[in-house]
Amino acid sequence: MQSETMLKMEGICKSFPGVRALHNVDFTLRRGEIHALMGENGAGKSTLIKILTGVYERDAGQIYLEGSPVNPRSPQDAQVMGIGAVFQEIALCPNLTVAENMFIGRSRDSFVHWKKMNAEAAEMLNSLGIPASPTQELASCSIAVQQMIAIARAVDMDCKILILDEPTSSLDEDEVQKLFALMRQLKDRGVGIIFITHFIDQVYEISDRITVLRNGELIGEYETSALPQIELIAKMMGKALSDVSTMKKQEPQKTDDSVPVFEAKDLSSATGVKPFDFTIQKGEVNGFAGLLGSGRSESVRAIFAADRVTGGEIKVNGQRVKIRSPLDAMKQGIGYLPEDRKGDGIIDELSVRDNIILALQVMKGFLRPLSRKEAEEFAEEFIKKLDIKTPSTSTPIKSLSGGNQQKVVLARWLLTQPMYLILDEPTRGIDVGTKVEIQKLVLQLAEAGMSLTFISSEIDEMLRVCSRLIVMKDREIVGELSGDLSEQDVMQMIAQGGH
Amino acid sequence: MQRLKTYADKLSHLFLPLSVLVILIIINLVKGADYFKITMVNGAFYGNIPNILFGASELVILSIGMTFVTAASRGQDISIGESGAISSAIFVQYVLRSGNVTIWTILVGFLISCVAGMIIGAFNGTLVSFFNVQPMVATLILFLGGRSIAFIIDGKVSPILANELSNRIGTVIPGVPIHTPIILTAVFIALVAVILKTTNLRLYVEAVGVNPSAARLNGINPKKVIFLTFVLMGIFSAVAGFIAVNKAGRHDSVNLLKFIMMDAILAVALGGNSLSGGKFSITGSIIGAYTIEVLNRTLLRLEVNPEAIKVFKAVFIIVLMVIASPVVRVYAKKVIDKVKRPARAPSVRQTG
Repeated sequence: MQSETMLKMEGICKSFPGVRALHNVDFTLRRGEIHALMGENGAGKSTLIKILTGVYERDAGQIYLEGSPVNPRSPQDAQVMGIGAVFQEIALCPNLTVAENMFIGRSRDSFVHWKKMNAEAAEMLNSLGIPASPTQELASCSIAVQQMIAIARAVDMDCKILILDEPTSSLDEDEVQKLFALMRQLKDRGVGIIFITHFIDQVYEISDRITVLRNGELIGEYETSALPQIELIAKMMGKALSDVSTMKKQEPQKTDDSVPVFEAKDLSSATGVKPFDFTIQKGEVNGFAGLLGSGRSESVRAIFAADRVTGGEIKVNGQRVKIRSPLDAMKQGIGYLPEDRKGDGIIDELSVRDNIILALQVMKGFLRPLSRKEAEEFAEEFIKKLDIKTPSTSTPIKSLSGGNQQKVVLARWLLTQPMYLILDEPTRGIDVGTKVEIQKLVLQLAEAGMSLTFISSEIDEMLRVCSRLIVMKDREIVGELSGDLSEQDVMQMIAQGGH
Repeated sequence: MQRLKTYADKLSHLFLPLSVLVILIIINLVKGADYFKITMVNGAFYGNIPNILFGASELVILSIGMTFVTAASRGQDISIGESGAISSAIFVQYVLRSGNVTIWTILVGFLISCVAGMIIGAFNGTLVSFFNVQPMVATLILFLGGRSIAFIIDGKVSPILANELSNRIGTVIPGVPIHTPIILTAVFIALVAVILKTTNLRLYVEAVGVNPSAARLNGINPKKVIFLTFVLMGIFSAVAGFIAVNKAGRHDSVNLLKFIMMDAILAVALGGNSLSGGKFSITGSIIGAYTIEVLNRTLLRLEVNPEAIKVFKAVFIIVLMVIASPVVRVYAKKVIDKVKRPARAPSVRQTG
């Protein structure tokens, strides 16, 4: 019974304009198993799930459900076939009752049979051990319980396959355990569960098998018990590296008194990252290494006060300062290129020129605008310096390619002449040529005396650029590495660190 | 060549209001060729054009304010008429109670009413930016209650502003050929231009309207910017109220600037501005405001039954908004593309 194959996806291919999202990927799911789907950003996990649930149409390949070929055309269609999905953001209505949320949009009846609905909901909640009452308003339940209700809704209709996409990222330890109990119960009923998460420890706690994807390709399928953590991490990150680049790393220049440019003690923010200490010297390039969701971004955001800072002490050049907002940080000479270029970086409708001068302009103040001529000159200067490909300075930034948009955001911060620049995933989603250009630029800037923090999902890139790595796992710093490093060292530390 | 192209780009967003304006003027010219005729009566210009400029003064000023509010908060202020009614009530009370009316009385009264407008704007702005209330809901409060407040300040029905200076501000100053409200509006537009030139208002408002999250990470406080646009809106409402009450010569708390927010929002939309915020064009809104005034007067000139005027206006607006909608724009682009290369399209389909 355990080995009966329930779902088989064969040779799935999917391309988007300019990107090959999935290439020849196979995936099988057995009855009554919890199968973890693993991979870093852009590995193709969500594309695969979206093909399975009918959000995207596949370019090639076959899907077999219990032996017969299926072709889900929409999420509703998939649900009728018995494929339910619960995503990270709960897609329920907080102002309706629990029972309403479980049955809304389900019945073809124009009338609602309240009593029947509530009774059925109660039975279901009870059988799954979900601590909620059918008539309770959804908003009054905890996030974990809401998550469970979403699952109950998904498994309700004769569900064969349940997809859980990052269900645990907003839950605390206790809530995760409750969710796991529910998952085990469903597993015993014969439901096949596809579990996507970036918490490695949770994968080992609950999953039976693991499928790893990288860059849209299948790396392999493994029994969880037969795959050591370090190997999983290595497979996710990919080891196939060309020989380490010839670029030379800059050792931090020791200033006479060796006062760090920036120093944080017990810094914490509202995002739940554990309080941490951090220092950076003049001319040093360091980096936060770790998997997606390990707290890398949250840590640098805390430094820039991009999220609400909840505690800690900060010294800039040895002087105690208060950084309570991004503007405070900017005034201390700190720049921050955010991870989410589209959402936090570019102002997409505004011109390349406005995007370049934005940070400098804000630092100068509301009442001291740059003249049109000055703005034009600054924009021209950086378009030339960073080789930004744009028809003109007044072109809206949204019509530029990803790499050029990123260069504009980089130019914005370079224009403010920061002494400490944080780059969070500056090379994500941009072409290889620009990637190398940005890496070289980082080293040049460091040589000129700027301190930089460089974060990337690609370990090899960080090893090439950073002289010191701060390793994170599950929102906590687990160690620090410096000197001549290999990927092996970093993975080792991630695997051993933490719990 | 490059310069010509950027100039054409600038004009493209003004295409809609300008083409509507041209169509309306043609309709008027067909109706009577003397449309542009301007006559001189008692040393002042009269005629259709001066009438339009005169009539649209308040709307132009309010449309500019509405443009800022819309761009930053992605919503609209529907209490502008009421806010103007309250601040002008305060102006009238100050003037009526200060016996001898000099230019200083008027000026001080005006400044006091501007402060009142600022307070009203700050009230709306606080609700929107710090309590995250939807702009329309937040300003609904004063929309509903504002005229009662104005009436309470008046103390009676329609107090009359019977002094020579108010009359001059509302109509003409002897010896000056152009009506005073037209001059005041021109000065106001010039002031706004100076503000946009000497501050970062445009950059901040646009950045916040397009992407508040990115704006915040670049040191801009989106809440403060949205608050500021509402305060500006309050002041602008006071200016519009000042002109309106001097034009009317009395303070009618029930009808002063009634439902003008509808026209102001329309002017913003007509000017090619997105009602969901972001990049804005003040020029567009100004042209939009004058276009609405021309539309109103055209309907009157065509002797449309006054009872039916609103229906005509509504139909006109529906047609306009559908033409300007992105859906139609995308469709039009497709059609144009097809027309441009009709020969190749079918052959591609056959091979594919």
